[in-house]
Amino acid sequence: MNLDTLYQEIILDHYKAPHGAGLRDPFEAEVHHVNPTCGDEITLRVHLADDVVQDVSYDAAGCSISQASASVLNDLVVGKPLTDAMTVLDSFTELMQGKGQVEADEDVLEDGVAFAGVAQFPARIKCALLSWMAFKDAASQAVEESA
Amino acid sequence: MNSFDVEAVRKDFPILEREVPGGRLVYLDSANTSQKPRQVVEAIERHYLEHNANVARAMHTLGAEATEAFEDARTRLGRFIGAPRREEVVFTKNASEALNLVARVLADSGRIGPDAEVVTTEMEHHSNIVPWQLACERTGATLRWFGVTDEGRLDLDDLDSLVTERTAVVTVTWVSNMLGTINPLEPIIRRAHEVGALVVVDASQAVPQLPVDVASLGADFVAFTGHKMVGPTGIGVLWGKHELLASLPPFLGGGEMIETVTMERSTFAPPPARFEAGTPPIAQAVGLAAAADYLDAIGMDAVAAHEQQVTAYALERLQEVPGLTIVGPTEPVDRGGAISFTLGAIHSHDVAQVLDSRGVAIRAGHHCAKPAHLRFGVQSTVRASFYLYTTNDEIDALVDGLVATREYFGA
Repeated sequence: MNLDTLYQEIILDHYKAPHGAGLRDPFEAEVHHVNPTCGDEITLRVHLADDVVQDVSYDAAGCSISQASASVLNDLVVGKPLTDAMTVLDSFTELMQGKGQVEADEDVLEDGVAFAGVAQFPARIKCALLSWMAFKDAASQAVEESA
Repeated sequence: MNSFDVEAVRKDFPILEREVPGGRLVYLDSANTSQKPRQVVEAIERHYLEHNANVARAMHTLGAEATEAFEDARTRLGRFIGAPRREEVVFTKNASEALNLVARVLADSGRIGPDAEVVTTEMEHHSNIVPWQLACERTGATLRWFGVTDEGRLDLDDLDSLVTERTAVVTVTWVSNMLGTINPLEPIIRRAHEVGALVVVDASQAVPQLPVDVASLGADFVAFTGHKMVGPTGIGVLWGKHELLASLPPFLGGGEMIETVTMERSTFAPPPARFEAGTPPIAQAVGLAAAADYLDAIGMDAVAAHEQQVTAYALERLQEVPGLTIVGPTEPVDRGGAISFTLGAIHSHDVAQVLDSRGVAIRAGHHCAKPAHLRFGVQSTVRASFYLYTTNDEIDALVDGLVATREYFGA
């Protein structure tokens, strides 16, 4: 298996200079997710207003894949209406679980298409999904909070 | 036996000939699970193909053969660890079950009371932490901890203040699965017995690589697993002093562990059957006995000496890699064949991935020892671990892979 399939240039760029890292106020929900098999952790906050994702801030400790994934998540969902953000999340999840058979939609996933190769490395899929699952959890809590 | 020949040993392990996507397999994950020699696999195959039946209840020829093979395995394992009596060997499904068993029955028996203390260490595997946390929750007892020094040794300075008249159980790993440290058990056992506490030893990493004699060790219970000592998965051992086992209540209820059952109540079989409810791991016991035969034929002194030599070589070579920090003792003294380390800021998973692409199999993560990682302020480490079939060439392949990893991530 070619390493470069996994470690796309875009992924390494996000890993070295993650976008939106750090925890910020205000936020309606904060979650802490752990990958129990490897110990990777993320604390993630979501700030929603007018059904738009105003901010996703996070503090993550983990491998390049999980760090880059959190950075791309921040790029893709901040500023989007929540329903659109959820469409991106579904698309990313489908790509990760597609065993390399799912065609990535670049219009929806932008830099996220670089993770297509991760789907071919079963042990790393959970690394890529850690921040996204945390976002899903925090977003639903934030919605409940504002309901 | 002083004619240890690693190349001859490797011929018994066909898997070591495997080509994986990165090239010839370099297996440096034996503390996770060891590979199996042909002799062990063939013993299991022979059992299933020629002697398979349930044990202790089948009144036919195959039943008698299977029962004899299973009980012979008990005798064989008892001899391997120097048990005074074969009935002291309880077969479990793994070391975790063995440790859960002893924690559970000591709590149920009242030997761990609400005012009691259980003392463990910061360097334990989760399987020797969680069962005691659960036992303390059930009984109201308090869990206390030995610390670990910066060098990765057990800090015994407060031995006398930690282990006191209140202590019911002291439980400690013999060889750390993460740091590699071989712990000095003798002073701990002496102090524990002085104050009337029982000693439980997690020997999961010790029995595979050190000569073990439980009679002279003096601990009360010793737990280990089959799959780390060239045996099959699905079987572990709890050794316990007979008078203690005989005084303790059962663990799981079911077939084989009873004396008689009425609708009102049951009475229980003597040890070891009392602790072995249901159909036991029969073929696995046969395989584990073959593993003991295999290791004894080579000689545990020779296995330990080889492990020591490879570990010393690896410690020396790894410290040549720029940015590499070993977590645990860096000198090959009182040290087992597992070395954990960090490589600059490169995450252990990323190191594992690059090494795997070159055929080198190591473990990355917390190795089920999160408190020990916390102690050293690291979230995860890379762990290379060795066994009787490991060569210096494989250590060189690891070091080359680590240098390549640094280049790949631009370190």
